Amino acid sequence: MSIKLENINYIYSPDNAFRKHALKDINLVIEQGEFVGIIGHTGSGKSTLIQHFNGLLKPTSGYMYYDNSNIFDGHYHLKRLREKVGLVFQYPEHQLFETTVQKDVCFGPKNQGLDEQECMERAGEALKLVGLKEKYWKKSPFELSGGQKRRAAIAGVLAMQPEVLILDEPTAGLDPRGKNDILNQIQKLHQELRITIILVSHSMEDVAKYAGRLIVMNQGRIFFDDTPRNIFRRHEELEAIGLAAPQVTYIMAELRKKGFDVSADAMSVEEAKKEILAFLGKDA
Amino acid sequence: MGIIRSKDLEFEYISHSEDEEIESVIRAIAGISIDIEKGDFIVILGHNGSGKSTLAKQMNAILQPTRGSLWVNGMNTKDDGNLLNIRRLTGMVFQNPDNQIIGSIVEEDVGFGPENIGMATDEIWKRVEESLSAVDMLNYRSHSPNKLSGGQKQRVAIAGVMAMKPECIVLDEPTAMLDPIGRKDVIKTITELNKTAGVTIILITHYMEEALQADRVFVMDDGKIVMEGTPKEIFTQSRKLRALGLEVPQVTELAFELKQAGVAISDGILTIDELVEELCQLN
Repeated sequence: MSIKLENINYIYSPDNAFRKHALKDINLVIEQGEFVGIIGHTGSGKSTLIQHFNGLLKPTSGYMYYDNSNIFDGHYHLKRLREKVGLVFQYPEHQLFETTVQKDVCFGPKNQGLDEQECMERAGEALKLVGLKEKYWKKSPFELSGGQKRRAAIAGVLAMQPEVLILDEPTAGLDPRGKNDILNQIQKLHQELRITIILVSHSMEDVAKYAGRLIVMNQGRIFFDDTPRNIFRRHEELEAIGLAAPQVTYIMAELRKKGFDVSADAMSVEEAKKEILAFLGKDA
Repeated sequence: MGIIRSKDLEFEYISHSEDEEIESVIRAIAGISIDIEKGDFIVILGHNGSGKSTLAKQMNAILQPTRGSLWVNGMNTKDDGNLLNIRRLTGMVFQNPDNQIIGSIVEEDVGFGPENIGMATDEIWKRVEESLSAVDMLNYRSHSPNKLSGGQKQRVAIAGVMAMKPECIVLDEPTAMLDPIGRKDVIKTITELNKTAGVTIILITHYMEEALQADRVFVMDDGKIVMEGTPKEIFTQSRKLRALGLEVPQVTELAFELKQAGVAISDGILTIDELVEELCQLN
């Protein structure tokens, strides 16, 4: 179930003074089962881009294909597409509205036309997937903590059993533990259910840790599209567009300048530690 | 006596049922005694739900203590007669920039506070200009706030607080919704206000690297302050921080891991330069 964008341009308010050319000539294929990180500063086109993946925005020009079908050919069932390609917006907990967590998660499947029992089953599965314990299911969503609400909202999308899950900054405003919990759950969904994950993030450390492929957006264009490791190697170019590589990348670069023969490629503390120990051990 | 001081401060969120009976009591602050000196740069860390925001709201009397007391410049926040003066003295900046900007033009937004306290027009314009230059947003004075980036909006919100000439600014996760550039700009602005204008800063954040320039760091858990010290003293204890649901910056974690593995380097390394320097001496 690949997502394919062909020569996509998107222009906001094309006919007035607020005209903004938000996406420029985007060509992109995302295959089923990938874990893709999307990064870029505010206004670089990230959010506009992800809203094309499930047909929420119709490109000004160009074509968007899901599973090789053109979704804007006039016959395509867009509602079905949005069940297959689930989008979790920023601060999704603001969209919780039902009286209990369970009912809220049932909302999607109910709209898909499933009967109550099926809805409940789906909701139960989804809530388990995001790691929300059963004692919370009958509570009002508004009694939960920030991290729990976020999980409930993600469960609401998972209950529709999507093939692709897009998350727009799912960890914004969470503390480090809440952040790691959510990202680990997302990784589990990816590994166990083979759901395609598209993660929009401001944190290079996070995409380095989880994503196999990284798309860097700048001024409405794809600036880089490669593995995180290959991209962080070019951290000077990232800085030029207002981004930065993870902190360890800079530690390694500095050490190399001082004559340490360590790999510049380390992306995590673990890798950096191995490199430095190997170097020190050798010279000790 | 410090600008913000509390003694045995406690606060409970009490929810009532429809017939006015108490349904639940959540103790968000469970006995806090602090003394913050004028001109200090304080960072408060802690996981979600540890009581940080509740404490912040005590500092300009949005919330008043259930038990114990808090004084702003010697004024007790329990005394309603002090409220106006307390709020002129301590300004607050919140997480979401979109929720705190009301003017349709940047300079009108910044002038809203002074206008509300009946200041003369000339003085208002003077303050608007000063505040906008202080946050480096003067060039945007006639722009519409909704066309600004998140970081720029936060700086406008800070200017709005500065226009009231506060002695203290409390910022509750002001960078949580910003991209890296926006975060850097806001932190730079806050640091400058502290260094040049001597404004007392109380910054709540989840980003550990934002705590590095603080004079003192408080770590909260379960409504209490469980750690207090300089950034170096705090980040040396990475195990304890992790147990509290927090993290240390990557460079500090790397230094800690190397030390555990037998490399002879000092505790509490906070910057890349420090780590590289120490490793060079070993090599």
